Amino acid sequence: MTVGLPHFLTIGAALFALGIFAMMTRRNAVALLMGVELILNGANVNFVAFARYVDGGVDGHLMAAFVIVLAAAEAAVGLAIVLAMFRNFGTVHVDTVNRLKR
Amino acid sequence: MLNVETLNLPNWADARAFVPELVMFGAFLAALLGDIIAKRRPWVPFAIVLFGAVTALSYAVAGLDIQAPAKILGDMVVVDGMSSFFRMLFALTAVVTVLFSWKSEEIMGPGREHKGEFYALIALMTGGMMVMAESTDLIMLYLSMELVSLTSYVMAGWMRGSLRSTEASLKYMIFGAMSSGIMLFGLSLIFGLTGSMTFEGIRAALSAGTVDPLALLTVTVLVLAGLGYKIAMVPFHFWAPDVYEGSPTPVAAFFSVGPKAAGFALMIRFFYTTLQPVVDQFDWPLMIAVLSVITMTVGNLSAVRQTNVKRILAYSSIAHVGYLLMAFLMLTEQGLQAILFYLFVYTLMNLGAFLFVTAVNNSLKSEHLADYAGLGFRSPWASVMMMIFLFSLTGVPPFAGFIGKFYLFAEVMRREWYWLAIVGVLNSVVSLYYYMKIARALYFDKAPEGAGAVPVPALQIFAMALLAVPTLLLGVMWGPLKGVADRAVAVIAGL
Repeated sequence: MTVGLPHFLTIGAALFALGIFAMMTRRNAVALLMGVELILNGANVNFVAFARYVDGGVDGHLMAAFVIVLAAAEAAVGLAIVLAMFRNFGTVHVDTVNRLKR
Repeated sequence: MLNVETLNLPNWADARAFVPELVMFGAFLAALLGDIIAKRRPWVPFAIVLFGAVTALSYAVAGLDIQAPAKILGDMVVVDGMSSFFRMLFALTAVVTVLFSWKSEEIMGPGREHKGEFYALIALMTGGMMVMAESTDLIMLYLSMELVSLTSYVMAGWMRGSLRSTEASLKYMIFGAMSSGIMLFGLSLIFGLTGSMTFEGIRAALSAGTVDPLALLTVTVLVLAGLGYKIAMVPFHFWAPDVYEGSPTPVAAFFSVGPKAAGFALMIRFFYTTLQPVVDQFDWPLMIAVLSVITMTVGNLSAVRQTNVKRILAYSSIAHVGYLLMAFLMLTEQGLQAILFYLFVYTLMNLGAFLFVTAVNNSLKSEHLADYAGLGFRSPWASVMMMIFLFSLTGVPPFAGFIGKFYLFAEVMRREWYWLAIVGVLNSVVSLYYYMKIARALYFDKAPEGAGAVPVPALQIFAMALLAVPTLLLGVMWGPLKGVADRAVAVIAGL
């Protein structure tokens, strides 16, 4: 069996779905940030796979590199916000953060 | 496919077309450095960012009649009339917000930290929004959107010790990260379907008709998740009321117009460029019509029940997204012209309404409708201008909002979507109810015994007048602005 585009796309879609699932079900803010990483990396796998099998250029790789950097920046800002949340609320459980009216 | 030999590398000619963005990013760095060098005297970054925004504004106005689009920075960014239109919009928003924040308790009050950095972040975000409005490449689309998003998460959580501000920032970040992740996944599929990263390459591939309509629809929905979140379109709007309520009011004012207009600019660039040839091959018009109806109805009906003025305005801004989406239906030139015109008018009136809340919040310390009783006599100038903004938001003549709505509805009628127009008009009637609820509180409800005047600083009155006077003028003399919007769209329509 040779590994082709569908295999990579399956992995990408699985990572994406797991990320969405994690963000839907987890209530811990740090776990939510992990879910974001899964979603972004699911897209990254797609980009690199498409670059290899469809485009043949470096565009997809370039995008993946930028997304990796952005994921790091997003995690930095996200963790800072979670830290502020922990200082103010004393917990990282998102359900306790509901001061604003529905 | 990216080809190194023909790559258009950045050069000085590019820099000349890119001045407003460079000024804003430069102002960001200078404000950060200036803040440290001046030992945290906030007027230094304030002056730097104000100067930068005014410079960018004048450059943008001077560039309004650019005819030939200039592709710069490796063909990732295009500078044309539409870029200049949105540069003008964002620079104006930045000028007014910066002026207003200077006297705002929530930003500059005693006990607030790192006041200078607030202005630096406004400069960064304005630059990011400008790039959003002129990207022509998936990489630039994603990068500029994330630049604006990351900055806005920080700004929403500006009041570090405040529980509400922290919550706003957290909610903004969780929703934002998730929807931009979904969008990125959609972008990766677009890249796979068309083999191209540039909007024009995608357009060419879609015109060739090799892409399956169902795949195209799926991808469009995924991308709409990210862009819909930026413009607060239902069902991606959940963050908006909480974020507007929790963040400092000047920040909420900025969020309610800036990123929203930038999101629309990006939607116009992306969807118009890529989907326009295939718009009738899949259910795009119906999808947008349904989204538009849901958005305006949810926005208006939720606003009716609110008692917090910031939340009323938050839901009203969701409803306005619904009106704007109506003209997005068929991706026609006239529709886009109407959207551009309405975005400008919407920026003026919505920013003004939020700034009124900021202005009275300084001494009133409340955003509840009940506490607004009798404000018309306690701070007369600000209240009169608030009435202008409210009438304009409702869309009654002779205010600018009426003209804007007229063009939006005209586009819907021209495409013969009569039921959509009827729903839109009914929604406007609902919106009249809650806007007039604010007006009634201002002028007809009795102020509590012994309630003194609510002073508004002259600087804030001036900033509000910068918005109120054009709102009045554009209601009777809209020709020039409409001409500018028409020319801006003509450039991208002539693809």
